[in-house]
Amino acid sequence: MKKYFAASGLVLMSFQLNENSVFEAYTQKIPGTEVTFDMTPIQGGTFLMGSNDPKFPDQNPAHEVEIDAFWMGIHEVTWDAFELFLDKHYEESMTEGGVEERVDGLTRPSLPYLDMTFGMGKEGKPAVGMTQYGALQYCHWLYLKTGIFYRIPTEAEWEYAVRAGSKGRFFFGEDPSKLNEFAWTESNSQGSTQPVGKKKPNPWGLYDIYGNVQEWTIDLYEADFYSRSGKDNPFNPADKLYPHVVRGGSFKTPEDQIGSAIRKTSDPAWKRIDPQIPKSQWWFPEAPFIGLRIVRPLNPPSPEEIQAYYNQAPIADY
Amino acid sequence: MKELNSRRDFLKTSALVTGGMLAPSFLVPGAYAAPANELKLAVIGCGGRGTGAVFQAFETGHPIKLVAMADAFQDRLDNSYKAIFDKYGKDKVDVPVEKRFVGFDGYKKAMAEADVVILAAPPGFRPSHFEEAVNQGKQIFAEKPMATDAAGIRKVLAAAEVAKAKKLNVVVGLQRHYQNNYREVMKRIHNGDLGEIVGGQVYWNDGGVWVRERKPEQTEMEYQMRNWYYFNWLCGDHIVEQHVHNIDIANWAKNSYPIKAEGTGGRAVRTGKDHGEIFDHHVLTFTYADGSVIHSECRHFPGAANRVDETFQGTKGKVFLSAGNHGVMTDWKGNPIYTHNRDNQPNPYQVEHDELWATLVKGEYKFADAENAAKSTMTAIMGRYATYSGKVLTWDEALNGSVDLFPDTLAWDAMPKILPGADGYYPYAIPGKTKVI
Repeated sequence: MKKYFAASGLVLMSFQLNENSVFEAYTQKIPGTEVTFDMTPIQGGTFLMGSNDPKFPDQNPAHEVEIDAFWMGIHEVTWDAFELFLDKHYEESMTEGGVEERVDGLTRPSLPYLDMTFGMGKEGKPAVGMTQYGALQYCHWLYLKTGIFYRIPTEAEWEYAVRAGSKGRFFFGEDPSKLNEFAWTESNSQGSTQPVGKKKPNPWGLYDIYGNVQEWTIDLYEADFYSRSGKDNPFNPADKLYPHVVRGGSFKTPEDQIGSAIRKTSDPAWKRIDPQIPKSQWWFPEAPFIGLRIVRPLNPPSPEEIQAYYNQAPIADY
Repeated sequence: MKELNSRRDFLKTSALVTGGMLAPSFLVPGAYAAPANELKLAVIGCGGRGTGAVFQAFETGHPIKLVAMADAFQDRLDNSYKAIFDKYGKDKVDVPVEKRFVGFDGYKKAMAEADVVILAAPPGFRPSHFEEAVNQGKQIFAEKPMATDAAGIRKVLAAAEVAKAKKLNVVVGLQRHYQNNYREVMKRIHNGDLGEIVGGQVYWNDGGVWVRERKPEQTEMEYQMRNWYYFNWLCGDHIVEQHVHNIDIANWAKNSYPIKAEGTGGRAVRTGKDHGEIFDHHVLTFTYADGSVIHSECRHFPGAANRVDETFQGTKGKVFLSAGNHGVMTDWKGNPIYTHNRDNQPNPYQVEHDELWATLVKGEYKFADAENAAKSTMTAIMGRYATYSGKVLTWDEALNGSVDLFPDTLAWDAMPKILPGADGYYPYAIPGKTKVI
């Protein structure tokens, strides 16, 4: 069944089974390089999204949602992979046999005028500070490199994945004191991102999903969206630049602001100190805590729909 | 240095032109009436930074009207005008087509329309633009760096003296001077809280900046102007264009300028036809008159570790500073001397305009940033001279250098001095061989 982005008329989920896909965990190699990342299958199903907690009206009401199957990255995207996308010459120097011609026309990020690692280091650590558009174009680059349709998750997919069948505040129950076993947060991170995969994963095998960096979703944030979002693979198309939904906690998030249903938002203040006009489409110089985790729908949309999805024009930011 | 200026001096343009233009508006009920103290602004160099500076000027909330714009390129000017007009509208933006000056010479005419000018063209143009703005008696916000070679610096230093004599405010976009962590730490360093500063390290190591590829229809001059970061007459190399920020902090901490520079640099990874003539790394030792030494490093290596910050060691303690609002002073036992609170810090790019325009609307004279900015830029240029030549350079040798990088003629069909070889690659400096001064 087709699901459309109301604003852009794009198909995200699809109708046509990819006969070649075997739905199991796999390691994706970025061709010509040593860089790999791991994807794990998230079986489709139904779950109760949000909560009826009156303290968090934007989680209300808890509502039943059906999610199609997808793979999800077991780790947040690291600088090791993201940096190949940033700089064409660097990618060329790191790619045996040269970069494919089809990658040549890709829109690359303007390189940031600040140190976007914020002094926190790169190796094995999550890439940070990119805009949602930057996250989308990273997926575009991956598609050109691998031929596989990757994207960022919908808010519903993210919550379905983090819950892994659980119904409470955390996938491990209600006890916040156990969070330290699973997540880098304000209380244990020493104020910095940490290498991915050092804490225990959730039952799907997803690491750092409550901590380290917050993660982009596709959705526009609207506090009352759940009252009208519908059941079937819901998402809220983003026709504005702010606020988009970000999920999960980061190395800067206090533990009391972390939970499976907690919704956070992008903020124009993250670009406050960008001295250029128009402000960068690519970078948030005051958001060292935002990163991304990618998904791959089991049933990808058509090539035309994929092109349309990746080629969405960015919204100018003044 | 706080002196009251006769506001009549620099509001003259404002009063005359406003008076003339206001007359018809009295006939239109509800038409915009300019406040009596409205200041007229011109922007020279309408790229992202110049456009951003206009936004920041308007965001001060003071009565400002943008009256003229100048850029070498029509498309850059058009995009800038549209962004500014869409955001601030006709009451603040009154730049008819005949006040949008395109080409190399438009800056003079644009400046003549204004009380205050923003200078944000590529750095190679700064000396001539700054000199002209001072000669025309304008109040100035100038982006860094101030020049790309010693000839340019000498021009800026001379004009800076004239600006002081004329009591023209000059703020330069070395925005760390307008950032609280730097101000608080420098106050304490100059107060002796770390004892004597005997050494330090300043870094701008990251992955590099934008590249604009050559298009077949471009003349050599247009290509270099578009891809200006990679040509020394326009950019000065990244040690000047970018690392000047950190070198300037060393000079601020030392309250002086180095007497000599020696160092090593080259092109290790950024070596393509699109990458002009600049190096991708420079490592310097700057020695000050008291014998203290500052180590400076800048590189554009994608994939390598990043570091952009400044550290200094004194006889009583040490400090770590960064543009991310770090300011951590400790004694040699690790006890805190001062730790800057990083939360909710103002935006230094806004603060520099807030402070400048608050001064301008009161008709005061408070800011003379040009001399320090020129000397910190000169420090970076001396560093480039040292890495390019492989020689030890003194301040005086560097400042008196006679090599002039600027083209003899500025025109789209004129040739810059640096040209590509038959293979499309540009020649670049070879240490031990290249003459720089």
